[in-house]
Amino acid sequence: MASEGRAETLALREQFDTEEQQKDASTLGMWIFLITEIMFFGGLFLVYIVYRSANAGVFAVASSSLKVYVGAANTVVLLCSSLTMVLAVRGAQLGERKTIVLFLILTLILGGVFLGVKAYEWNEKFQEHHVPGAAFHFEGLPPELQGRAQLFFSLYFAMTGLHAMHMVIGVGILSVLIWQARKGTYSAAYMTPVDVSGLYWHFVDIIWIFLFPLLYLIDRHLGK
Amino acid sequence: MITAALQEREHYLNASYGIKSWLLTKDHKRIGLLYLATITLFFFLGGAFATLIRIELLTPQGDLVSSETYNKLFTMHGVAMVFFFLIPAIPATLGNFFLPLMIGARDLAFPRINLLSWYLLVIGGLLSLYAMLAGGVDTGWTFYTPYSTSYSNTWVIATALGIFVAGFSSILTGLNFIVTVHRMRAPGMTWFRLPLFVWSTYATSVIQVLGTPVLAVTIILLFCERVFHLGIFDPTRGGDPVLFQHLFWFYSHPAVYIMVLPAMGVISELVSVYSRKPVFGYHFVAFASVAIAVLGFLVWGHHLFVSTQSLYAGLVFSFLSYFVAIPSAIKVFNWTATLYKGSISYDTPMLYAFGFIGLFTIGGLTGLFVAALGFDVHVTDTYFVVAHFHYIMVGGTIMAYLGGLHYWWPKMTGRMYPEGWAKLSALVIFLGFNLTFFPQFVLGYLGMPRRYHVYPPEFQVLHVLSTAGASVLAVGYVIPMIYFIWSLRYGKVAGANPWGATGLEWKTASPPPAHNFDETPIVTHEAYDYRAVMGEVEVG
Ligand code: HEM
Ligand SMILES: [Cu+2]
Repeated sequence: MASEGRAETLALREQFDTEEQQKDASTLGMWIFLITEIMFFGGLFLVYIVYRSANAGVFAVASSSLKVYVGAANTVVLLCSSLTMVLAVRGAQLGERKTIVLFLILTLILGGVFLGVKAYEWNEKFQEHHVPGAAFHFEGLPPELQGRAQLFFSLYFAMTGLHAMHMVIGVGILSVLIWQARKGTYSAAYMTPVDVSGLYWHFVDIIWIFLFPLLYLIDRHLGK
Repeated sequence: MITAALQEREHYLNASYGIKSWLLTKDHKRIGLLYLATITLFFFLGGAFATLIRIELLTPQGDLVSSETYNKLFTMHGVAMVFFFLIPAIPATLGNFFLPLMIGARDLAFPRINLLSWYLLVIGGLLSLYAMLAGGVDTGWTFYTPYSTSYSNTWVIATALGIFVAGFSSILTGLNFIVTVHRMRAPGMTWFRLPLFVWSTYATSVIQVLGTPVLAVTIILLFCERVFHLGIFDPTRGGDPVLFQHLFWFYSHPAVYIMVLPAMGVISELVSVYSRKPVFGYHFVAFASVAIAVLGFLVWGHHLFVSTQSLYAGLVFSFLSYFVAIPSAIKVFNWTATLYKGSISYDTPMLYAFGFIGLFTIGGLTGLFVAALGFDVHVTDTYFVVAHFHYIMVGGTIMAYLGGLHYWWPKMTGRMYPEGWAKLSALVIFLGFNLTFFPQFVLGYLGMPRRYHVYPPEFQVLHVLSTAGASVLAVGYVIPMIYFIWSLRYGKVAGANPWGATGLEWKTASPPPAHNFDETPIVTHEAYDYRAVMGEVEVG
């Protein structure tokens, strides 16, 4: 099946005794990295929860200005991208080069769509003066509550911004994978990079699954 | 003759030559040495700031530097020492070098990531150094908001980004160590045969991996607030500066264990070797490391006793802080019990180990003092706290670091250090240290606040004592620096196992070959089984 690629691609690094050990190490490494990511976003979620509970009313009003359908559309896009990523990994397990490349490209496109939608959404915020800073203004709130509305948008930008940054990194990783997959680097016997990149991609996806309800959905009806 | 043999045999130092062979090396041993050089620079940089601080404090008036400059001095001292010296100190140098050797591996699991970690530390260090040269920072190493976000006109961002980047160095080192311990142990090296240094480094790595990302996100929020005018900690927009303190200390309390746990690991090795007995209660000492790592995450609020944290939170954090003392005390008692009826030799590393045990005990006990809510309100933000953490970080960690460096020096370089000079400098350091920091307990108790450069004249005597001690201490640190370098050329050639120690690192040549072992060792004994090495000890 993938036997020609084997000799040069299977490069067992010198610190390992067996391929299995090498693969185990990489996978464990990625899982630990994802734990660090959980702590990273965890800090952010904590800040959000603390402020949300302290300013429930203003946050509900401020969050109701976000467009649910935009967030929902992006959620669908990301879920689909996770599916295509899984199919790419599956392709790698079967050693089918074309399948890997196809699904990686699809994943890349979906990631790009997500970032495009995000850019569109941020751009709107600029036009609505919902970006924290001197020009900030949120219609319908008295002056003494403007600061707290800014707090919401500060968190909105920090959280979606850091998530988007992870997406950009993911897109970069996908590009490298596609390039290598086209060269035939991956086969059923050697696919660890595809596998662990998949873990990363799903993780970034899951973060969004939490961000979407936290930012767009909670207490929406109260804000209207 | 021996020298000739040493030069001929191939080892990691002569396996390749040239600056590129170092800057692109993937050998954990060389990377360990790169770290050693880097953190030594930062240690002396931090030391230079400390020298200026101590000279300023010789007199009650602010005569050497202005108060603005003084603020910058103590900030840069703290930043250099904490983030660029103490946190990488033992794990990234001794850990990097010896963790793979001790478990019988050829290298860490991810050698390229290991090299990347070093570059990240260097880049972070350069960023912070740039900030220091361009004008400095004056927020204190704690970067409390809103001063750091809205008021300070100094180089907060460059410094904070430097720490951010160095943080990733720390995370990646931790990740690498964890995977290595899980996946790279030699045949027969079960978890409970691991040397205790490995256990404590492992526990440290867990803290690095879990804690540092929280610091990273906190720095990002600080950065966004200063640069993009987000309002996350800004009280005028409903943000809460105390939340910053919570996030900061959620990392920085565990970080004090990043600094001291590896030191404890070194002490376990030293105490065992130089009393020629297995560490008393191996399992307890091993699990104590893990317990400290876990409990360390539950006590950060003891840094917020006088913030607006609620009294109930204060009570709980105070209570939980006492729990950390239990595993710490287990270690101290077990080291002491190890000494009992041991055949103790007083080589330099052992002197450092004794120094550590005594000073860490004082530091830890005063930790209990300040963890007591009522007492802390009296001494918080005074020199009492300064003395407390210097007993732990300098009296504890640096003592252990130096002890470890002396102990493993023959393995790292193939040369012995000069024992006489080494004993002398260990003594000088011990005396200088106590003279520097003991008066600070008294000063703090009497009410001398930290971070001020003018003070009432009645405190002068104690301050002069402290500065005198610091001068002695400085001499004590320079001497090893000189003789270590001297020994590279003139030191007595060391055999594979000059101390008669049991660890796998002593089973290979000194210095070790590039791939550590000529053949993968197979482990058949518990750690510290001295009967197993009886015949091997080379006298000389
Ligand atoms: C074992 C290693 C330890 C290290 C490296 C360490 C280090 C430090 C540092 C750096 C500070 C000052 C932070 C600042 O405000 O800039 C500090 C303060 C403090 N430490 Fe420790 N510490 C250690 C152990 C302990 C223990 C075992 C306890 C209690 C059981 C403890 C309790 C405290 C408390 C309560 C404070 C805050 C005092 C105040 O600000 O009023 N520490 N420690
Ligand atoms: Cu603490």
